[in-house]
Amino acid sequence: MNHYETVFILNPVLSDTQIKETVKKYEDFLVSKGAKMVSKEDWGLKKLAYPIQNKKSGFYHLFEYAVAGEVINPLEVEFRREERFMRYLTVKLDKHAVSWAERRRVKLKEKA
Amino acid sequence: MSSIEQQAKGKKDGEIRYLTPLNIETNKKNKYCMFQKSGIKYVDYKDPDFLFRFINEQGKLLPRRLTGTSLKYQRKVAVAVKRARHLALMPYVADLLK
Repeated sequence: MNHYETVFILNPVLSDTQIKETVKKYEDFLVSKGAKMVSKEDWGLKKLAYPIQNKKSGFYHLFEYAVAGEVINPLEVEFRREERFMRYLTVKLDKHAVSWAERRRVKLKEKA
Repeated sequence: MSSIEQQAKGKKDGEIRYLTPLNIETNKKNKYCMFQKSGIKYVDYKDPDFLFRFINEQGKLLPRRLTGTSLKYQRKVAVAVKRARHLALMPYVADLLK
């Protein structure tokens, strides 16, 4: 089991229910493959630094999870097929990154 | 041979002479690697505000000789900036960013 982190940008034209549905779909996909979700973050609608698919904003979501490495490839295949996604990035977290993520979560909680 | 006083008296118009050395600050400020100094082990690509210190106003990565970052962390900064660019958190090309 490795720690991974995925950030994806959803199309801004989607409705709230469609977004929730999509996020739920991939969460379920991960859980069904035996992933342990560590955290989920919704950054909301953010302005993009440059236009992607002629759109200037997007819904950012972040997943952090622990899963076996073989699951990442099928997950990314699903991401590529999904038309609602504008961008995604999956990163493997080393031990420093994991501790950073924990501290980051604590900090965010304090702010909220 | 004329002494310094004579030289100072006999100065021509428009000629500047300094008897005491000018107080010019020659000690350069020492650069340091802020990651090693503050003990940051991981450079987060999700924090564009922080990464903006390492790029110039065109959005290009600044060299190590200007920022003072050590080689180990410069590599990590470069990767983090590139990830942030991919996710449109930072621009690939910009103009008058700062």
